[in-house]
Amino acid sequence: MSDTTGESSVQARSVGDAAIIYASDYLNKLSGERIERECKRQLESGHRTLIINFRDTEIVNSIGVSILVGVIDAAEKSTARLIFSDVNNHTAELFQMLGLTRHVSLVSSEDEALSLISEAQP
Amino acid sequence: MDTNTQRLLHTFSALADLGQEIAAAGDFDEMLRTSFHLLLGSLAIRRGAVAEYEREPGSVRFVATRGLGESLSGPLALSTDHAQRLSSLGSSISLADAGKEAQRFLEDHKDAFASVEIDLVLPLVVREELIGLVLLGEKATGEKFTDEDLEVLSALSRHIGVGIRSHRLLDEIGHKADENLRLYEGLRAIYKETVRAFAAAIDIKDRYTQGHSVRVGKYSEIIAREMGWPDEEVEGITIAGYLHDIGKLIVDLSVLNSPGRFNAKEQKEMNRHPYAGYEILSPISHPYADIPLMARYHHERMDGNGYPDGLKGDQIPPGAKIVTLADSFDAMTTDRPYRKKLPLEDVLADFRVNTGTQFDPEVVCAFCRAFLKEIEGSKERRLLNLLNRNYSNMERLSPMLSQMLSEFDGGGDTRAASAAGN
Repeated sequence: MSDTTGESSVQARSVGDAAIIYASDYLNKLSGERIERECKRQLESGHRTLIINFRDTEIVNSIGVSILVGVIDAAEKSTARLIFSDVNNHTAELFQMLGLTRHVSLVSSEDEALSLISEAQP
Repeated sequence: MDTNTQRLLHTFSALADLGQEIAAAGDFDEMLRTSFHLLLGSLAIRRGAVAEYEREPGSVRFVATRGLGESLSGPLALSTDHAQRLSSLGSSISLADAGKEAQRFLEDHKDAFASVEIDLVLPLVVREELIGLVLLGEKATGEKFTDEDLEVLSALSRHIGVGIRSHRLLDEIGHKADENLRLYEGLRAIYKETVRAFAAAIDIKDRYTQGHSVRVGKYSEIIAREMGWPDEEVEGITIAGYLHDIGKLIVDLSVLNSPGRFNAKEQKEMNRHPYAGYEILSPISHPYADIPLMARYHHERMDGNGYPDGLKGDQIPPGAKIVTLADSFDAMTTDRPYRKKLPLEDVLADFRVNTGTQFDPEVVCAFCRAFLKEIEGSKERRLLNLLNRNYSNMERLSPMLSQMLSEFDGGGDTRAASAAGN
């Protein structure tokens, strides 16, 4: 795993054509924008699936939600698949309530996300 | 936690964050972008924009957008009628009206919104004034906006509207302050030109002292600067120098232009000029302090034997002490009807003898320091240039100036000490 941005604590790694991006403990403006930049960078570099791992994330505020909606848009425009993994219950309920789960697959672990991808492949 | 409670908490948290964001001092555009993120994130709205309304030229300018592509880069026209209608809807707009306005907006600006949909347009109205618009697209849930959603969005939008209006007011105040400053600078320039014209008028009346007032102003400036006075006060003392003899305007012309030394009667007439100058200058609102007092007291002496009030030592304002020395210096270094200009050695000898009785030692030292620095080349030649037409080879004065400094220096205040170190 490596810090691919070189400017922050956003960590990401590639598994095949999927990129796994690790969100920080509090998804607010600063950390959110870093994740958004990283997601867009991964899409531009040709990854067809983005997995955002929320294992360290305790809180997502409104700005964080808005930024994730932006990531959803970017993924849809690139016809890429977006998966959120390791989302805590509270945040999962928030995503459900706000409709993010209509556009994103929510899985309990990174492994589950990766097997979801391999299942989908012909 | 049930969904409604969670929704409420999420909304409250957005509102609290928004309040904090708007109250925080910082970059205005960044504040707007962040506030707009908060608004979108409160209901996970997929696209939208905040636009600021500009009455002139009658358009809305997008200050924050999300998910609308690049088609909305330029401003969009918004007629006065349209703006009035939007402002009449107020900040508690109904869902139906917000929907209708979105449709109208799409129709009015088909080209700009060719590829994007907006579902609601909320006017930002503060004190019945249209500040801007919030344009919103669909929610991530895909569901229609509800009345409850609209209440949340209206509350958040009101905050954004107030933020924009506060910024505008601050901007206006800043512009007004700049404008006032420009006017003030203009008035100061007019004041200075008027003062110079006055100085010329004073000197023309007294044919023996032509250019005297302007030179006294310049000598005073050099001394004050050497004493470490701030720029504003240096400007003031220069003006005081220009005007110190304004009282001569009321002195009988035959006395002023008397070819010999004054007799007792003429001297009495002449001695009226400092107080007369004070009376002329007092009713004027000068942009600098104590100008009238410097005219009044420029013939006072440290030992109390001067006129018109016989003030002693510290009773004499510092500025008047400077003008006194500058005035005497120019008087001694120019031809008078009753005598030729004195050699500079004699002028300095006069200062030396009269330091402490007529002249303030601190002022004499500042004068000597400035003179010496100019001779040594460590300071711009201003004094020397003023004297050049009458004197040459001034380098020979260095030992005398140094001697005077060693005799009188040490009694100066910190300003003088600091200036000496420059």
